[in-house]
Formats: sequence, structure tokens, C-alpha cells
Amino acid sequence: MIKVTIDGVETEVEPGTTILNAARQIGGDLVPPAMCYYSKLKGSGGKCRTCLVKVAAGSAKDPRPMPKLVASCSTPVQDGMVVQNITSPEVLEARKGVVEFLLINHPLDCPICDQAGECHLQDLAFEHGSAKTRYEEERRSFDKIDIGSKIQLHMTRCILCYRCVFTANQITNERVHGVLNRGDAAEIGTYIENVIENDFSGNVIDVCPVGALTDKTFRFKSRVWFVKPMYAHRNCDKCCGKTTIWMKGDEVFRVTGRKDQYGEVEDFICNDCRFEKKLTSDWTVEGPAPIQKNSVQAQNKYLQGIKVDAPKNIGYGNISDR
Amino acid sequence: MARKLLLENINVPGIKSFDVYRANGGYRSVEKALKTMSPDDVMEEVKKSGLRGRGGAGFPTGMKWSFLDRKSDKPRYLVCNADESEPGTFKDRFLMEYIPHILIEGLIVSSYSLGSNSTYIYIRGEYRWIVDILENAIAEAKHNGFLGKNILGSGYDLEIYVQPGGGAYICGEETALIESLEGKRGNPRMKPPFPAISGLYNCPTVVNNVETLATVVPIINMGGDEYAKIGVGRSTGTKLISACGHMNKPGVYEIELGLPVDEFLNSDEYCGGIRAGHTLKAVVPGGSSVPILPAELFYKTKEGVARLMSYESLSEGGFASGSMLGSGGFIAMDETTCIVRNLWNFTRFYHHESCGQCSPCREGTGWMEKVLHRLEHGHGSMSDIDLLVDIAKKIEGNTICPLGDAAAWPVASHIRHFREEFEYHVKFPEKVAHSPFAHSADYKRELNTVLQ
Amino acid sequence: MPTANTMGTVQSEIKFSEEKLKKVQEIISRYPEGRQKSALLPILHLAQREFDGWLSVPVMDYVASLLNIKPIEVYEVATFYTMFNLKPVGKCLIEFCRTGPCMHNRADQIIDYTEKKLGIKVGETTPDNKFSLKAVECLGACGYAPMAQIGKFYYEHLTEEKMDKIITRLGQEDFNPDNKYEI
Repeated sequence: MIKVTIDGVETEVEPGTTILNAARQIGGDLVPPAMCYYSKLKGSGGKCRTCLVKVAAGSAKDPRPMPKLVASCSTPVQDGMVVQNITSPEVLEARKGVVEFLLINHPLDCPICDQAGECHLQDLAFEHGSAKTRYEEERRSFDKIDIGSKIQLHMTRCILCYRCVFTANQITNERVHGVLNRGDAAEIGTYIENVIENDFSGNVIDVCPVGALTDKTFRFKSRVWFVKPMYAHRNCDKCCGKTTIWMKGDEVFRVTGRKDQYGEVEDFICNDCRFEKKLTSDWTVEGPAPIQKNSVQAQNKYLQGIKVDAPKNIGYGNISDR
Repeated sequence: MARKLLLENINVPGIKSFDVYRANGGYRSVEKALKTMSPDDVMEEVKKSGLRGRGGAGFPTGMKWSFLDRKSDKPRYLVCNADESEPGTFKDRFLMEYIPHILIEGLIVSSYSLGSNSTYIYIRGEYRWIVDILENAIAEAKHNGFLGKNILGSGYDLEIYVQPGGGAYICGEETALIESLEGKRGNPRMKPPFPAISGLYNCPTVVNNVETLATVVPIINMGGDEYAKIGVGRSTGTKLISACGHMNKPGVYEIELGLPVDEFLNSDEYCGGIRAGHTLKAVVPGGSSVPILPAELFYKTKEGVARLMSYESLSEGGFASGSMLGSGGFIAMDETTCIVRNLWNFTRFYHHESCGQCSPCREGTGWMEKVLHRLEHGHGSMSDIDLLVDIAKKIEGNTICPLGDAAAWPVASHIRHFREEFEYHVKFPEKVAHSPFAHSADYKRELNTVLQ
Repeated sequence: MPTANTMGTVQSEIKFSEEKLKKVQEIISRYPEGRQKSALLPILHLAQREFDGWLSVPVMDYVASLLNIKPIEVYEVATFYTMFNLKPVGKCLIEFCRTGPCMHNRADQIIDYTEKKLGIKVGETTPDNKFSLKAVECLGACGYAPMAQIGKFYYEHLTEEKMDKIITRLGQEDFNPDNKYEI
């Protein structure tokens, strides 16, 4: 085990652990935000630059600071490393800049976006952005592309995290979409009209941090804070069958993978479970799914019942009595 | 005449061909290295020479070679970076086009030292005719026993291949180049791991610029210590400078590092001065990404010391009043140049060439270009100028690769040294919003007239 | 055999000649076993030259099949690099550099002049399919500005008179993009 200090909190981690994962092991406010990194997707990370941190001392052996801010998701910890995240004004300033960059070409169409309420960009902008924009130019926009009957691609909202590309590469058996063009003209697409159809393609919806990829079977059906997330399972021969079903009364509005406190899917689920099983009778309901305290879904609804296991599960509680 | 090491025989008729090149002392360094030196001996000479990467970063070549993981049982690769694309830079093209064998010779010796049996020349795709020239030179060298199996009976095998790029400045960044060479989009990789540990096909790899590798030839021929005697301080040896802009004799010149900048720009041996009837306004001394210098800071540092063509002297004063030698892409601009338009043009270039992988560069370069386009065409405001400085600051240092810095530095330096021209564009939009071609003006004089 | 070099004509069969297929195999042999994807850029260049100067979807799919990779891997790469034309182009494609040093040496005027002379804008093709104009970023000819790339070669120190000559000579039926024309 090697020692690392993040914002004054010392911890021990396995060699090879990234700064971000070390911070997640500590938990709490000092965890850098991550828009493109996804622990279950190999090769992800490094692109969005929201997780930049300052390395004030490289290691015990070589305590010189690193000359530039580094992406915490792709920088391994060294023994004796000292990292500053929220204690560094330089980091906060850079992060504010990154949020601004991510927003200048974003349509800010939250009022009509299905992702609103569970959007990581919304959370990021709320925590690190500024209320005003300095961007006066025309915003980039793309035509909507049809990539099949169940998944809507709304490229204009995309922040090019590449997660869906890694998902298609690593979870599905055939990738037909990818990143086309370059620079700020880069877009997620299939180039030719092509349908993303295979048993696990729906997972691209779960990994998308914004509303670029949404579930057509849930589109405009309900705001996420009006539906109740319940843990449920069924016997499935393709996937683990463990999901979150989103209910209103006795109706199942949508099915997603179960997500951890960092918004990452615990187990990828198949399209059958996601798109086809919309009857309560399809599922064995386990009980209410945990909700992040800071989520809009928690508003007026769950606050009473949240137990906080500080510091490890800060902002993430179990609902025992509802 | 100053000493020439790379271009010594450039004017010998037929030097492009193996026979003439060989008759003029070519491939001696291969014989010397393979017959009398160990791979480590070659690296020692390169270390002693003080040679620094000629592609722009100026990192000591011998040190870069020493980082190569020689313990792994994977193959090792040398890749020659011929993706010359930095505006103002056209020196590698000149070398490859007119004296291709010096590059092939340098590649053989360097590959031998690094233990590469397959060496790739990644050349920008637009240099299509040079691909033919290089492939021809490789075939000639192979025919004469300098490539292939068991070169000169040494037991060392080497093949050299030419790989054309597809039109992307970013592929000059070494990890983007490796990605491109693997048949992918030119997205720079996250570092670590560095190519010396895991590069091409996840094998230990060294990527060096064309001129750097060609320079290994004279270093081996004369010895590293002799080479190190040329030049000044830590800027050893000679350097190819590609000179362009408003000068009498644009072209590629080999200079001894340490040559006074005044002599380089104004003597007849080199650039021959600014075109008749005009005066120097500004210089971008090392390719479009390095900070621009107004004439007075180009000739002399802030302390009044005459500048030299060397890594240290050109960067004297830091980014506040200095610049960089960079790749040696020397752009001189006379008083007819509109600095705002120049910056808009440079910024458009970086916007066009951003790979789009990381957000500060993808979004920031486009934003800066749009603001500059407005300013140049008379639709800007005073706050736009500070906005530009701030965007540049937020890109710099926060991106995956140095393209973000390359886009930010010109913006910061153009505004730092020529702020009044940007303000002029805001104050007198009617004077700049005219035909896009009549954009020249001596803003300083006009501005002073108005202020009086 | 591919059809003649005309826009809009259906490319009857997308297949390299035996000679070109041998070239493809030679290119693939430059890389280690299993790394045939490395051949993608050289083969896309070859395909663009062979199949009417641009990369249609069937051409890219053909290249994917030659290299045993997925079509999306080819689309991703072809759309990244500026040299690959994803739409039909005229027989003679003139690519003007417009970056810094060229701009300071009248590149904009030369582009403007050529646009007017041919009656098309940058990014367009003449109705007779002879010429297409493209503006590109720095081609590494800064000391010989202004310049344009046509086919394999560079045409430098351009003037209006020189453009006239280029258009006259390269507009002829026998134009071959692999030839160097002395203007």
C-alpha cells in the first residue's frame, strides 16, 4: 500500500490507483468531478478535464510539484504524493474554465431534455459554473440522427466523453457508431444511416453523462423526479437481471442499470430488461433505490429517510422508512 | 561562409542519387557506427553532442534515447516525425526533397543505436512527391547493402518504411503520430505511459524529427565533442531555419546556433533584409505557436542585449518579452501587417487543427477564433480583448497535449505586445470593416494622429 | 474496372486491379502480424486516387473488408483527416493554402481571383466537373507563398497570370494529377 494526501486527508491505496479513485476511497467533497472517466470502461478518461487537480508533491522520493495540473482520473498515485483539489484556487479556477468550455456550445435546453434531473453536466454547472455566460457567438448544433427504434441520439447536447464508444467496443459485440470529424465539428455518429441493434446497446444511454443518448421508450413520458426508482430483479438469460425500475403508481415507466454514488452502472443490463419488460409482473421489486442527497429526485421526497454514513457514503443514503 | 553540416553538399549536382551522395562521403557514419561502435557508443556521442530536438521542443536527444526501455523483450521502434505542419516551417521538406539520403543515413545509425529493426518515416500526406523520393532513396540504399538483412556484415537488420499521414497538424504530436501510424484518428494519448515505455503497438518507441535524425550523421562522423564546439552554450551545432514573410530572400538556411538575429534577417548571406521600402514590424521566430516579438524586442532583449539565434537567447525574458526558437519557422512581418488579422489567421489554424478530444482545446480554440473574427471585421468590443486573454489562460496547460498551449501563446503575446491595434479595431470599426483584402495599416501612426 | 473519372457516374465495381491489390498486400506486410489496421491511411490514399478522387461509402466499406476491420473504423479515420474527400470532386482539385505566411503574400487575392475566374466558390466544383476549389491550412511552402497543391505537386509563387496558365493547361482532357506541369 502507498500513502497519498488529498486536500490534507491522508489515505493508503493499492499501487497503480489513480488520484481520482484514491479520492473516491476517501469520499466527500474532495472527490473531483468526472464527466468522461468511467471506472468500468477501459481506456476512458482524460478528455473532459473537469477532474484536473494540482500535484503539490510528486512523491516522497521526488517531492517536486508537477508543472501543470493533471487529470486525476488518469494519473497514478505515487507513494507520498500530495494532491490539492478543492483546497487549490488554481484548480477551482481551471475547473470553472472547463465548465464554461463545456457549456458554450451546449444548447442549455434542460426544460425539454429528458436527462434533466439526473444530468451530470447540470450538476457540474450548478456546483462549478457561473450564472452568466460570456459566450455571444452562435452555438454549434447538429441534426438529430436516428440510430434505431429505442435510442435517441441528440448530438447537440453531447460533450464528447467517448463513453458510449467505449461501451460499444467493450460491452456489445459490434460497434457501428463512433466519433466522426474533428475539433469542434467532432460528433458521435454512424456516418451512414445505421441502426445500433444488439443485446447490450441500450447501455450507451446509462453511461451518457448528458441528454445526448436517451431512451425512446421513456422519451417525454415523465420528469425523472416524478417517478420512483425501485430496485428490482428478474431471471434473465442475457444479463444479471438486476435493475432499477422507475415507477409511477403501479406503472413501470423505464428500466435502467443500478447506479452507484458516482452515477456509474453497477452491472450492465440487456436490452430485453431495459426496453421490453415494462409490466410490474415482469419484476420482483426489492424496495426503493437509494437516491443521492443532492439529486433533484430527492427534493421533498426522500430527505426524511436519508441516513448518511459519513464520510464514506457522504451524499448517499439508504431509505429505510418511507 | 558559415559552417554547413546538413546542407554542405546540397548544391552538388545529382546529390539526390545514392551514387553521388556516396561519392561525396555519404554513408560513412553507417560504416563507422556498425563496424566500430556499439549501439551505446552511438548514443554516447549523441549525448556528448548536446543535440536538442529540432522539431520544436528542444529536448536533449541523447537523453530522450536513454529513456527507451531496453529491458523489455518487446521490439523497439524508431519513428521519424516528418509531419512538418507548423505554419512557417518548411525545413524538413527541403532536406527530404533535395538530400534524402542524409535522412536515410541518419535513420540507419539511429535505428542501430536504439535497436529498431522496423523504422517508420511518418510524413505529412500532402508531401506526396517526397514519399516517392524517400522510397526511391530507401530502395537505392537497400540495393547497395545499407538496408535489409545483415547490413555491412554486422548482423544488424533494418527496414525503413514511409507512411503518409492524412492531413492533420496534430499528428506532429508524438503520441497522435503513433495513433495515426496505427491507423487511427490522430488523438494524442494520455501520458504516462510515455512512448519510451509504451509507444507504437505498445512497444518502446522513440519519435524524433527529420532534422534531428539527419544531424546524427555529422555527429557520428565528427564525434559528439567536436559537434558540441559549434554553437553557443547549450545551443550546440547548426540548425535549419525556414525563413518566410516580408523578406527579400525567403528560404531554408543552415545557421550555426548563436548567429546574431540581425545578421540572419538583414545580411545577404541569409534573408537579405525586409523587402525594399518597408520596415520590420514583428517576428514570429520559431513557427506560429511561439510568442510574437515586436521588432525592438526581436533585435534586443528588454535589457538591451542583442539577440542571437539560439534556444536561450530567443527565450530571454520569458513569455513577457521573449519567445522561442521552436522549430525554426521564422516569419518576418513588415509594417503593412495587420496584427489582429494575423492572430485571427493563426487562431483559425489551431481551431481547424484541434483534434477535439479534450474540452478546453476543442471549445476554446473555436471561441477565440470567433471573437477574433468579430474584432478583425469591426464588430468587437473592448471587453473582447480581455476575454481573449482569459480564454487563452484557461486553455494553456489544461489540455491533453501541447496544441492547447500552441493556440494560447499567440493570442496572449499578440495582445500583450500590440494591444493598441486591437483597441484600434474596436474604436474605429469603420476603418477595419472594409474589404477583407485591404487590411494593412500602420495603426500606431494613425492612432497617434487621432489621439492628438 | 472503375468507371471513368466523372462525377455522378455510378461506380460500377469497387475493386482494385490485381496490380493494386499486390500493392495493398505489400503495404500490409510493412507492419507486424495483426497490425494491418496501420495500413489504413496509405490504402485510403490509394483508394481515393483509384476511385475518382473521393471516398464513397462503398469504397470505404471495401477498404474495411481488405483490412478486416469494421466500417465505422474507416469512417472515423476518413472524417478526421482533411486530405480525404468525402464528396465527389472535379478532375482537377486546386487546394489553396491560406495560413499566415501565404495570407501575408496575397493568398486571399489569388483565391478570390480564381473563384471569379472559374465562377465557383471554395468548396465547389465547376459544372463541367473539371475544377474543384478547396482552401486548406499550411502546406509547408511558407517561403514560396502564395501556393496551391494540385494533385501530387505544389505550385508556388502564384500570381494571377500564373493561375491563368494553370487553369488553361490543367483544364485540358489529358490532365493527370500525378504529373508535374511546368508553368
